[in-house]
Amino acid sequence: MSGGAKIPVRVAEVVTVNALIKRFRFVARDGSELPAFSGGAHVVVEMDDAGTRRLNPYSLMSDPSDRSGYEISVRRDDQGRGGSLFLHNNVTAGMEMVLSHPMNLFPLDNRARKHLMIAGGIGITPFLAQIKQLVRFGGSFELHYAARNPALAAYADALKAAHGGKVNLYFDDEGQQIPLADLLSRQPLGTHLYVCGPKGMLNWVRQTATACGWPEHAVHFEEFLAPQPGKAFDVELTVTGKTIHVTETQSLLEAMEAAGVDAPYLCRGGACGQCETRVLRCDGELLHRDLWLTDAEHAEGTKIMPCVSRFDGRALAIER
Amino acid sequence: MSLDFKPTFDGFFRDETFVGDFTFRNSPASIRRFPFPFDRDEYMYSVNIEPHVPVVGRPNSVFQHAFDVDEHYVSEMRDRARVLAQDPLRCQSLPHMELAGWDLLELIMESKARDYPQWFSLSKSGDQWHWINRPLGIEQRFTFLDSSTLPYGPLEYITRQTQGDFTLQDERDQNLWVDAGMVTTQADWSLDFDIGMNFFEWHAPVPLAHEKGIFDRALKFLLKLQNGAPVRRFNWTMTVNPLLDTAPETYPEWGTMRTTVTPENVGEKLHLRVELQALFRLPRSNAIAFSIRAYLGRFDELVTVPKWGRRLHRVVRDLHPDLAAYKGFLRNRDAMAQWLSQYDDGAPTSPGIWPED
Amino acid sequence: MTKTEFPPAIKSRPVYGELAPRSGTAHVIVADGEGAAAVAALFDKAGDARAAMLAKTHILYAPGPTGVDQWPLIAALCAPQAQRTPSVSTLLFRLARVLQDTHMGAQFYLSGTEGLMGQAQRDIMATGFPFADIQTEHRGSTLRRVQCVHCKGMTENVATDPFKCSHCGLHLFVRDHYSRRLAAFQGVNIDAEDPGQIPAAVERFK
Repeated sequence: MSGGAKIPVRVAEVVTVNALIKRFRFVARDGSELPAFSGGAHVVVEMDDAGTRRLNPYSLMSDPSDRSGYEISVRRDDQGRGGSLFLHNNVTAGMEMVLSHPMNLFPLDNRARKHLMIAGGIGITPFLAQIKQLVRFGGSFELHYAARNPALAAYADALKAAHGGKVNLYFDDEGQQIPLADLLSRQPLGTHLYVCGPKGMLNWVRQTATACGWPEHAVHFEEFLAPQPGKAFDVELTVTGKTIHVTETQSLLEAMEAAGVDAPYLCRGGACGQCETRVLRCDGELLHRDLWLTDAEHAEGTKIMPCVSRFDGRALAIER
Repeated sequence: MSLDFKPTFDGFFRDETFVGDFTFRNSPASIRRFPFPFDRDEYMYSVNIEPHVPVVGRPNSVFQHAFDVDEHYVSEMRDRARVLAQDPLRCQSLPHMELAGWDLLELIMESKARDYPQWFSLSKSGDQWHWINRPLGIEQRFTFLDSSTLPYGPLEYITRQTQGDFTLQDERDQNLWVDAGMVTTQADWSLDFDIGMNFFEWHAPVPLAHEKGIFDRALKFLLKLQNGAPVRRFNWTMTVNPLLDTAPETYPEWGTMRTTVTPENVGEKLHLRVELQALFRLPRSNAIAFSIRAYLGRFDELVTVPKWGRRLHRVVRDLHPDLAAYKGFLRNRDAMAQWLSQYDDGAPTSPGIWPED
Repeated sequence: MTKTEFPPAIKSRPVYGELAPRSGTAHVIVADGEGAAAVAALFDKAGDARAAMLAKTHILYAPGPTGVDQWPLIAALCAPQAQRTPSVSTLLFRLARVLQDTHMGAQFYLSGTEGLMGQAQRDIMATGFPFADIQTEHRGSTLRRVQCVHCKGMTENVATDPFKCSHCGLHLFVRDHYSRRLAAFQGVNIDAEDPGQIPAAVERFK
């Protein structure tokens, strides 16, 4: 089945964390324990938004060893395609929903002597779970967390209270910036660097790390791409024999699902590779937005990741 | 040899050896459920991976449960204790793999207690766990995730009580790294040498498969493996005498056995060794557990199933010589094919692995 | 003398590249025998950055297993830290001390024989530093460091195949299968099935 096994859950609690962020707690509908997970893992939340099926990935932030429930924090995105708005406006305690099994595209490297974590805004969520896991097993870590201001720095107070000097906060409105080059220059050999936050921050951290001589394989980043809207297009599905229309706000994957086509997926963020599909004919330009295919594969134009990538042109046929 | 468990042979579990006098045998019922690996009359590598779920209509098959426990269980565990006493390096875990060891312990204990309640029980009160293994006479109270409360590390503790070899793969840099394992029933590979290798390095000595892209595709598939959705595949080789432990370490001790095959004794000496390999994504560590369960079938046991006799003859006769060499039976292949030919009347065989079709 | 070209082999056999300068807060360089020339070439490639790179460089050097000693090439670089050690084991002893004070941002460069590079890589990797980011360039002798899979003993500077294990005395066939953790190739008994039938030793490694 596409997307793997599912977990039927009930919303146990919805908590307003700050002006932009709400926290959702899910428990198993039958009262059983949920699978344990690893820090950094995400689940895909399935939503039925007035007939539109939305599936968005969110990092799990609760204690990985707590099997009584899963928690996610969702930042409202007024410009997005609607998943976060649906969660904020329509989801209340007691509702029944469906989650994917947890999967991890942002795991800790447990050989590291120390874990140096850089978080921006809502990018704090995977670190919350990872820190709980590290504390339990005695791992060494240091967190640097930047937010717009104290009011929007979700969970900063709790982190500071629990971990003191290992947690460092920076607020944009107060002109504070993470002293990255300095930080990177004083880490013991065997430290691994993790970054989760907006794209600009990811690029800044990765470029600075390279300039400071950090090895590529010690730098880990979590980048989820929300599918971006774009021009509508038609696509021929050669296996199912259908031609479907992808609207401006739909992803190609969502359009296939809406047409009843069983297409594989896991992360829905262009990262895991599960939805990779062969392109059989392309008269126009593939708008690749995934992180999975190599640059060479992007240039070659024989594969597409329907969860995030689009098409602009006269005719497209894919093997699905 | 002293054992730290008290085995019981209660009529189901056979009291037999895999060394010395080699008293290992399959009962008639055990032969019928043997996981015959060939679904057609020829063999070549393929990415033959399928979901590890029970097969509909085959409730007695080796696929019924996540970890099959059969009549050889108690004797196999005694043989593993013997091997480990001689060479403790057969079980190793790099320091970052302890959590994966706990994941595996949890998976096996929960599976066995659910699937075989007559033999195993697990009760939990928070992190305080109570495990009973009746066939091995083991009772253990311990604290989950606290290694100081077990006599061995979690991987070694549970795999001393579970048939089959195990490796634990850490996932890093889009690859799988074999960073822990319990390996005492292997087809000639050394955990001590291979531990720490990635998926391609570990499989480096396998001929032909790299060129066919088998391992590239298998790795891509495995990186997407999800918790709760295990998969399985077969592998196979041939072993002279029912020797579970064909390790490179002890090759000078068992290598000469390969020269003892004569046209007359093929039926009792040669064993088809089938590995039922199952892969599980582990929840807490994000590692992948690989169970490699070896089943031994004597040629004269297997040919009691007419379809298997015919098919085994054709596979052995026609196998690519590089594969026969890699699987260690090139020198005996002619004698094996000759002996098997008396069970092949040339009749067509039905597709699939099951005996009665 | 340029870098060694090896024939194609199985996937576990290490492949080596060519040392190239990378930006870093320190440069730790380990070499033996003919590897000294690769180190000199590394600094030639640095161009304008040569002096700045040298100022942050620490070099450890040992003569090669066939007696090649190109220490003058290293000494001529005038790195602020450079030690000539009498043997690989002494070199590794010094490397352990250097690693204690090394921070992330350092670049590692290894050159010379497989035995030296493998063991240095093993020790650097043990700190948690990713082995894939350690640069290597093979120069000089192709003598192999081999582990006997039976007695687990290491034999250094193996020249022939098969060879006699220097510990248990079994005659071993030298495989290309290589363990990064042990920094060694694998040796397997060649006459296990037919005791006494030992093929003539061929000089495969020099």
